[in-house]
Parts: sequence; C-alpha cells; structure tokens
Amino acid sequence: MEVPTQPLLRLRDLSTDIALRRGAVQALDHVNLEVRQGETLGIVGESGSGKTMTVLSIMGLLPTGGRVVGGEILFDGRDLRGLEAQELRRVRGVEMGMVFQDPLTSLNPTMRIGAQVAEPLRVHQGVGKAEARERAIEILRRVGMPRPDKIVDDYPHQLSGGMRQRVVIAMALIRSPRLLIADEPTTALDVTTQRQILELIDDLREEFKMAVILVTHDLGVIAGRADRVAVMYAGRVVETATTAELFRAPRHRYTEALMRALPESAESGRLYSIPGLPPDLSRPLTGCRFAPRCGFATDECRTTDVTLTGDAHAFACLHPVTDRATIAPSAAREPSASGAAKPILTVRDLVKEYDAGGAGLRRTAARVSAVAGVSFEVKAGETLGIVGESGCGKSTVGRLVAGLEPPTSGEIVVDGADVTTLDRAARHRMHRQVQLMFQDSYAAMNPRMRIDSILTEPLEIQRVGDSGARRARVSELLDQVGLPRRALERYPHEFSGGQLQRIGLARSLALRPRLIVADEPVSALDVSVQAQVLNLMRDLQRDLGLSYVFISHDLSVVDYMADRIGVMYLGKLVEVGPAHQVVRAARHPYTQALLDAVPTPDPGRTADAGSAIRGELPSAVNPPTGCRFRTRCPLAQDVCATEPPLAGGTHQVACHFPLRQEAAAGA
Amino acid sequence: MTTQEEAEPVRGMWRQGLEVFSENRLALAGVGLFVLLAGFSFLGPLFYQTDQVHTDLTKVFLTPGTDGHPLGADGVGYDQLGRMMLGGQTSIVVGLAAGLLATVVGTVWGAIAGFAGGWVDAVMMRVVDAMMSIPALFLFMLMASIVTPTVPMLIVIIGAFAWLGPARLVRGEALSLRTREYVMAMRGMGGTGGRAVRRHIIPNAIGTVIVNATFQVADAILYVAYLSFLGLGVPPPAANWGGMLSDGLSDTFSGHWWLLYPPGIAIILIVLAFNFIGDGLRDVFEVRLRRR
Repeated sequence: MEVPTQPLLRLRDLSTDIALRRGAVQALDHVNLEVRQGETLGIVGESGSGKTMTVLSIMGLLPTGGRVVGGEILFDGRDLRGLEAQELRRVRGVEMGMVFQDPLTSLNPTMRIGAQVAEPLRVHQGVGKAEARERAIEILRRVGMPRPDKIVDDYPHQLSGGMRQRVVIAMALIRSPRLLIADEPTTALDVTTQRQILELIDDLREEFKMAVILVTHDLGVIAGRADRVAVMYAGRVVETATTAELFRAPRHRYTEALMRALPESAESGRLYSIPGLPPDLSRPLTGCRFAPRCGFATDECRTTDVTLTGDAHAFACLHPVTDRATIAPSAAREPSASGAAKPILTVRDLVKEYDAGGAGLRRTAARVSAVAGVSFEVKAGETLGIVGESGCGKSTVGRLVAGLEPPTSGEIVVDGADVTTLDRAARHRMHRQVQLMFQDSYAAMNPRMRIDSILTEPLEIQRVGDSGARRARVSELLDQVGLPRRALERYPHEFSGGQLQRIGLARSLALRPRLIVADEPVSALDVSVQAQVLNLMRDLQRDLGLSYVFISHDLSVVDYMADRIGVMYLGKLVEVGPAHQVVRAARHPYTQALLDAVPTPDPGRTADAGSAIRGELPSAVNPPTGCRFRTRCPLAQDVCATEPPLAGGTHQVACHFPLRQEAAAGA
Repeated sequence: MTTQEEAEPVRGMWRQGLEVFSENRLALAGVGLFVLLAGFSFLGPLFYQTDQVHTDLTKVFLTPGTDGHPLGADGVGYDQLGRMMLGGQTSIVVGLAAGLLATVVGTVWGAIAGFAGGWVDAVMMRVVDAMMSIPALFLFMLMASIVTPTVPMLIVIIGAFAWLGPARLVRGEALSLRTREYVMAMRGMGGTGGRAVRRHIIPNAIGTVIVNATFQVADAILYVAYLSFLGLGVPPPAANWGGMLSDGLSDTFSGHWWLLYPPGIAIILIVLAFNFIGDGLRDVFEVRLRRR
C-alpha cells in the first residue's frame, strides 16, 4: 500500500493536565505521535498510562477539569488547538469518528438504532429523515449487520454486545471519517466476537482508506492488527516502532517487561512480574518514569530526563534491551497433583435453572437453563480451570460450588459429603472448606469497613478463635499475600486493583479452606499486576496445598494456572482434560474456535480465517436441543440433534465428531 | 511494595467527611443559619424578656421601634420580637421531632420490607402506597379538627404522614444493598441474614438516611407552617411562625408589614438552612467513596 508522506494526524509535545481537588494530574507529558492515512496505529499501555487521555485530547472529550496545556494537535496540517469552535466541531464531528469501549453505555437506550446511527448526518449535514434512514441501513449493511432494514427500528437492548459494537462503529463511519479512533473497542466483548469486530475494523480501514488509532491494553490485539505501535507509560510514549519490529526486538525495558509478564511467555512455570506500581502523576517526577520498577535503572535514569530518540524505532531508554527477546510458548506445567490424590470436590449432573422474568401475570414456563448437567472433579492440590464466553454458566457453577445458591438438581460433594443434602449447621461448617475469590474485590468488600474488619469477618462468622487469635491470623494473612501491616487500618478505596485482589485472596484464605473458587480473579487487572497476583496464587497453592477452581474467559491465563481445563458452552461442559492437551490438541470444535480467536502477541501468526465461528450465542431460555453448539458448528450434521455424552479417558469431549483422537495417556 | 498511600496519614472516615463538608460553603452557611435561628429562639428570651401570655390592648399594632418594642406589637398587643422567639421554639422543636420520628419509623419500615422481600414487602409497601394516595393536607386537616393540636400532637400528626417518603427510600436502598457482592461474599463465609443487615446493609444505608432526615426536618417545619396557616396549629397564647404568618396576612392591607415579613423570612431561612446542610451531607457520603 502506498503511504502518503504527510501524516494525517500528528501530535507534537502534547501535554494534558487534569485538575483535582488539590493540585493536578499531569496525564500526558510531551506526547509525540503520528498516524498516516490508511495506517493503523496501536497505542498500548496499562491503565493510567495516558492512552485514553491521548485520544480524548484529540477528540476534545476530556473529563471535567481536563485541559490540553501544551503542544500541537496537527490534523491534516492544521493545529486543532488554534481552530475556531465552529470549524473544530466540524472537523471532530465529520472527519473523525470514535468507538468507545462499552457499546451499551455509548448508545442511547431510548433511541432507535437507525435514528442513532444517522444522528451525525442530521446534525452535521442536515439530511432529511427518510434519506437518513436509507443511509443508516446502508452503513449497517457494510458493518456486517444481519437484516439491517429490520435492525434500524430496534432499540439497543434488543442487540447483543457484538452487534451493539457494530452499531457504534457504523455510527462512527456514517460520515466517512478520515480518522477512526477505537478506544478498547473489544475489551467488553468475548474473544470470538472480538475477532469479528477487529476484522471488521481492518476491512473498513481498507475500504474507506481511513487512518485508525487502536487503543488497547492487550498486546495480542495490537500484534495482529496494527502497522505501528506506540507504547505508553505514565503519560509518556516510551517506545514506538513498526509492529513486527517492536515484537521482534523491543528496546525499552518497560516494553520488554510487559511482554515477559504475559502468561503466554511464562518460562519454567513462573511469570515474570514487574515489581511495584506505576507512579502517581500528581507529583512532580524526574528522570525515566519506569526507573523505580526497572531492574536496569542507574542513577542516570533517575535524574536525567530521557527523551524519545531514534527514527523508525524510537525509544526513551538509556539502557535499552540489546539481546533478542523471545516469546516462547509456555512450557507445559508439571502436574502438581498425583493421579491417586483424593478428589476434594466432585460435581455430578449439576443443573441450575432460573425463572426468566416470571414476575406478575406472565408466569409462563420460561426457564433460563444456566447450567445443564455438568459433572467434574477437582483433586486435592489441583487447579481446574473453567473457560467459556460470557453467558456459558461458568460463574454460576462457581457460585453453586461455593454454596451461594442451591442447585436445581445434582450433587456437589465436598470432602465426601453432599452439600445439597446437609443440614444447616453442617452447611455452615462446609463454608470453611470452600471459599470464593471475586473478580472485583472492591465491589466484594464493604466500603465502610476497614481491612482489619474485612479480614476478621470470616473468622467471626465461623467463630474461629478469640479476638487475640483472630488478630494474629489476620497479620499472618497479610504477610502471606505480601502487604504491610499498616494496611489493616485502611479502607478498600485506598488500595489499587492489584492490592485489593491480594486482600481478597487473604480473606478467602482466612478460614484455611481446602478449595478456593476464583471467579475471574485477574480479569480487571493490568498485565504486570496480573502476573503478580497469578504468581502469588500459585505460591500459596504450593505452600498450603490448596485446590482452585479457576474460572476465566482468558485461555492464556487458564493455561498458565490450571492442571486441567474444562470448556463450557451454554451451560454444558463440552470438553475437559489436562491443560496442555486441551490447549494444544483441542478435540471439540468450539474449543478450537475459541483458541483460534485468542489474539496472540506474535505478529507473524495469522489466524486461520476458516475456523472462526460466526453468529451469536443462542438464548439460554430455549437452548438448541442435542449438542448446544450445533447451530454454530462448522461440522454439525443431523446426528448432532441428539446429545453427545462427555466421553473419553483423561481428555473427555462431548462431540459426535471430535477433531482428533485422545492422545495416548501420559502424553 | 511502596505505594503513595503510605506517605499520607491514615484519616478516619469522619475526619474525611468533615473535610468534604467544610469545603461546601453553602453547607457551612446552613449550619451557621441554623445555630443563629436556634440561638435566637431558645437563648433570646433569656436576654429579651416579654410577656407572651397576657394580652395588652394598649399596645395593639405598635409600630416597630416605639416604646421599647424593636419589632412593634401585634393585633392583641404581644411584643413581636418576643413572639418571634416563642414561635421559633415551636417550629424548631416540632420540625426536629417530627422529622426524626418520620425518619426512624420510615427507616425501620422500609428496611424490613426491603430485607424481607416477597409478600411481606408487597403488603408493607401497599400500605405505604395507600397512605400516599391520600392528600397530606386533607389528612392533616381531618386529624387536626378531631384532636386539639398541642405540640406533641402536632409532632405525631406530621410524623404519621411524613414517614412514607423515608420508607420508600430505605426500602429501595435495602433492595439494592442486599444484592451487593460484599453481601454475597459474606454469605460465602456462611453468614446469616441478620449479620448482613447489621454489618453491611444498615451502615451503608445510613448515609442516605441521614441526608434524608435533614430534608424531613425542613419539610416538617413547613408542615407546621401550613397547618398553622390554615388555623389548625397550636392555639394561642402559644405561637409558631406559620400561625404568625397567617395572622400577619390578614393585616397586609393595613400596612402592618412587621407582622408579615419576619415570620415569613424566618421560615424561608430555617428551611434553607436544613436543605443546605442536607446537600452538604450528601456530598460527604457520596464523594468520599469515589475518591480512590
């Protein structure tokens, strides 16, 4: 593709401040970036790195108190900061389009899809109602919406997440912008949908000859889609290069650390984790901002202002990486549980159904089948990973196992006793054996309780020890998760996400349980912090002989953590087996599709387009009969209308046409 | 691990709350206004003694400033400034007591309905709906005409109606708090419903309740004024600002402005004061949690 020499958008020393109650946060500090027409620029960084602030500064959508304080935003050679309000509105409204992270909140729930998509036309070009509708249908067709002539009259809540994101993209595209800014466009979506949306953005970029800025925290997403990448840290661009170059040979120490912290690159069964936390931008900082967390930092790094140097591959580092970094596929984990270990948890034919809005007069027999006959075992000291997309029932399984809800039918045997038949007192004691760890520990902690009370609560409820013994136990817990004692007097909102997750883990450990059900424990965390928490979980497992049921949508994380993996689809377990076999030799077509959809941080690897699953997850109110995946399965035949049993030895699959035979035992 | 939090001293919830509250100038003004009006009403008579029991027909409609009466006298010869103090006592006492009564009854009712859910909730909330469908003023007039309106009676009458608002509010709060993840986490430890209510739901609903209580007090003061304005307030020689306003209104065209403006302005000020305080408290309970 020919690339024009003049960049479409160029940021020159852009600085943005956000005023606080006291002082200000220097959100962006002399950011230099450029995007050419027809090119995708990926901006990658952890939360607080300024990647979103950069695009909000361009769009003029900074939050209250936010202000561009210096530098230039050159769009097509003109500085946006110097334009008049009227012209600025036109440039931002017509020539730029923006796609936000959450497709539900970026759509107005009271407006029909068609009216929303065409709103920019009506506002900026004064197009009439009928024509606007025609154009809306046209653009919806181009973003791959099925039956666009029907969808224009729907409301946002009638569409799925992926469909809504298509609508948002259509909205951004209807004015044929020259620059499309996508801020974490797929973070709220499942991997299979994510793949569809990313492919769509790619296709549209070529079709419309747009420049695209793709903002994400996910190195995998960037690797497959961007031409060039800018890595941001603490309000600065620390490295920028072509994607292939950056992934082949990152030069900045932060970029390298970020790549090594990915679960995919775990070597010798342990993740590299970046120590510490990103700096507080409301304080004046000197020197390289990564220096306090960098193993290669010298005094020079801490005192001199390191600027971005280099032409095609620029980086701001005094001690850049010189040897080649490799992202090797993670070594298969040695099984930590011996085959003879006693199962700590046995689940048989677990079923959970909910009434579907059966309030008032419409009490029809509509039932949501959340979990439909799931059976599995967890041995002592073992980790069972459960993966699946949202709505597959994996979280429900977690809640049932933790005893938060009673199952509709089935058995949950914990340590030899069926929980569902226990009396009240015995069930109360059962909670000592099984504990839950939440995705969002902040939401799972009472905001008005100090950490002290939060950690003591399980001990009080189970009447363990006297107050002295409880205090000692709480201190011991803090040591185990690596937090200072001072934490006890503080409130949850004073901690960062990673620290909260440690506290959450400490609370689940308080009763010395034998099994912890961890529901997406690292999904809300940045890669570097995620590595810290995952390592901690594994260390504690080894030291305390814990078992985990590790629930996640992220296959690479589960692959790193689990001994065995169960894959769920629409309430059913479709495949279960040793982790390395499920991930490297999947037998169910759904597992394979899921694996193919995961973006890998390796720009050389292109996904095989044929294996992508199309379409939407069927409703759990009326799930397909037989194999529930057959409506989307490329291999489906008539026989799939009868339900396949979960069959096999150690690597079981519920499919009439498994992709491959079970590997020889012990492989 | 080193974090920025460690540098800052640990501040208690109340300390932080006080800081947020004191940053709100209107809220501080509200507190000041309330202290001023309460001081005027309750401490004023200690320094400025007047006869508010016996009428004195020689002083009828004295203009302000004459004969040692800074605010003049009313239609039966009571000193107007002294009467303002007496009226303020009734208004503030009834307002605070009725507001408190309404808040306590409403909170308990709403909390029980919200926690229990199901048919208990349905029955309890239909009672609230039914009572709400009766116009408040009509109910007041009916009750005030059946019983003699004394101060305790006024408190009960106003409280009996005003608890409906807090009941609905607290029920909604309880419904949403019940499904919070930290309540779920507690159940995962084997905790019971009673513990959920005591340790998690009430402490988290208390902010809403306190904020609402201040508005309830302001409303109650207004209700006293309404009732007295309609002639259903405390009978003479007792006084309150609403009744004084009503009396003053009949003299509007006689040019007796000193009987009309002081009670009117006093009512506006005290209601404003409580509304400002309520707004300030709302900031305290909301902002603090969001400052991560």
